[in-house]
Amino acid sequence: MRRLTELAPPIGLAVLLLAGWEAACRLLDLPVYFLPPPSAVAVALVEAGPRLAASALVTFGMAVQALVLAGLVGGGLALAVSLHPAAERAVRPLAVALQVTPVVAVAPLVLIWAGLDHADRAVVALAAVVAFFPLFSGILTGLKSADPDLERLFDLYGATPLQRLWRLRLPSALPFALEGLRVAAGLAVIGAVVAEFVSGSGATQGLAWRLLEAGNRLRTAEMLGGVLCLTLLGLVLNAVVGVIGRFLLRR
Amino acid sequence: MADPIAALRGVTVDLVGRAPLGPIDLNVAQGEILALVGASGAGKSTTLRLLAGLQTPSAGDVIRALGVGRTGFVFQSPTLMPWAEAVTNVALPLELAGMARSQARERAALALSAVGLGDRPDARPSQLSGGMAMRAALARALVTAPDLLLLDEPFAALDSVTRRRLIEDLHALWATAQPRPAMVFVTHDVEEAVYLAQRVVVLAAATGRPVADLATPGPLPRPARWRAEPAYRQTVEAIADALEAAMRPEAAP
Repeated sequence: MRRLTELAPPIGLAVLLLAGWEAACRLLDLPVYFLPPPSAVAVALVEAGPRLAASALVTFGMAVQALVLAGLVGGGLALAVSLHPAAERAVRPLAVALQVTPVVAVAPLVLIWAGLDHADRAVVALAAVVAFFPLFSGILTGLKSADPDLERLFDLYGATPLQRLWRLRLPSALPFALEGLRVAAGLAVIGAVVAEFVSGSGATQGLAWRLLEAGNRLRTAEMLGGVLCLTLLGLVLNAVVGVIGRFLLRR
Repeated sequence: MADPIAALRGVTVDLVGRAPLGPIDLNVAQGEILALVGASGAGKSTTLRLLAGLQTPSAGDVIRALGVGRTGFVFQSPTLMPWAEAVTNVALPLELAGMARSQARERAALALSAVGLGDRPDARPSQLSGGMAMRAALARALVTAPDLLLLDEPFAALDSVTRRRLIEDLHALWATAQPRPAMVFVTHDVEEAVYLAQRVVVLAAATGRPVADLATPGPLPRPARWRAEPAYRQTVEAIADALEAAMRPEAAP
């Protein structure tokens, strides 16, 4: 019963907005290439369904690869940097510079370096660049977040650096790493889409390519369907990260 | 008196943004219970960390007749690893010393029983009450059978009933240990200090220098209704006066 009262307002609003949209399209007699009504988008989604699903899988795969890559590099670098304050001072400005540089601006360069035959590699690399910072920053903050009194306890009993890392710092870092992963997951999808837009050649058949192609043919309903797929993709990735987090943090 | 198990000799500690602490001279005899009282900022925690060998003095000598792992430390909060069960937390000092996991956990279970937590070895710290978490922290400090046990206002956050019970249990654990560990107990509660310790040292407010050193009357563990004894009340008054005198310089403009 309670769930129903909680779910009613958001669903109600969504239905209201969709109905308003549909009504406006019909009453104002808008051309379908300018703004198709929700019903037309639904039809387009069904018609282009297999194509969109295949493309969503490509984008999803590239985003996951980018996340793994960013996690390995960011985590490894955070671990190395956490060993000495000077190392952190050296690396942090570079990491911040990497974060504030717009990925669109770097994309053409990375495409050249990856080779035009390997646009998929460039997309993964660019998405990884965007996902890198929250993972690096989160893991580094986490590694340094251990309770100072627990650190003292490890001093008191003469713990080795490896014991300290394994028994204290990595477990302390886990919640921060998962929060970083949650942010990075969203960014990886954005990075993959932006990179694919820039490559724009159809060498990668992800969702961004479907959007470009549909746009070129003025199939507006299919474009909206593609955007919807991207939203769903982000939500799925977010949920997967959430499930992983809950599994690892069973305390 | 026997050789001290730990001592500070003319120790000073430079602090950022305020006058340095010290010079501090302090002896901790083997097997004695010593309470340190002083105002906030009197360097009580720093003194304890110096005795633990966790802080290096700016000048002077820290003497520790103790091997690695022979010192137990109980902090103001239980400071348990939240991701690990009680028994894993208590086994930590033994495992850090290289003891096999299964043996360390057996010993940890015994230590938990000794502090009255024998039925909760698998509880996570979040599932323990404040008093129980502090008992687990005490078990962790005692699991190595230390020669020196340092306690930094461990019961300050607990209600008075839990607090009294823990002090009685601490006395019982101290009395049954062979050999008895020396204990240094930091508190700002004069009554707690007198009840718990054989000797109470008052630290000056700004410098942390010991300015009074008084023995408490009567046996340990304390007999029933000992708080009603005139000798107890008189000692509390004497130390409260010494503490007030020690705080006076700070009151000046």
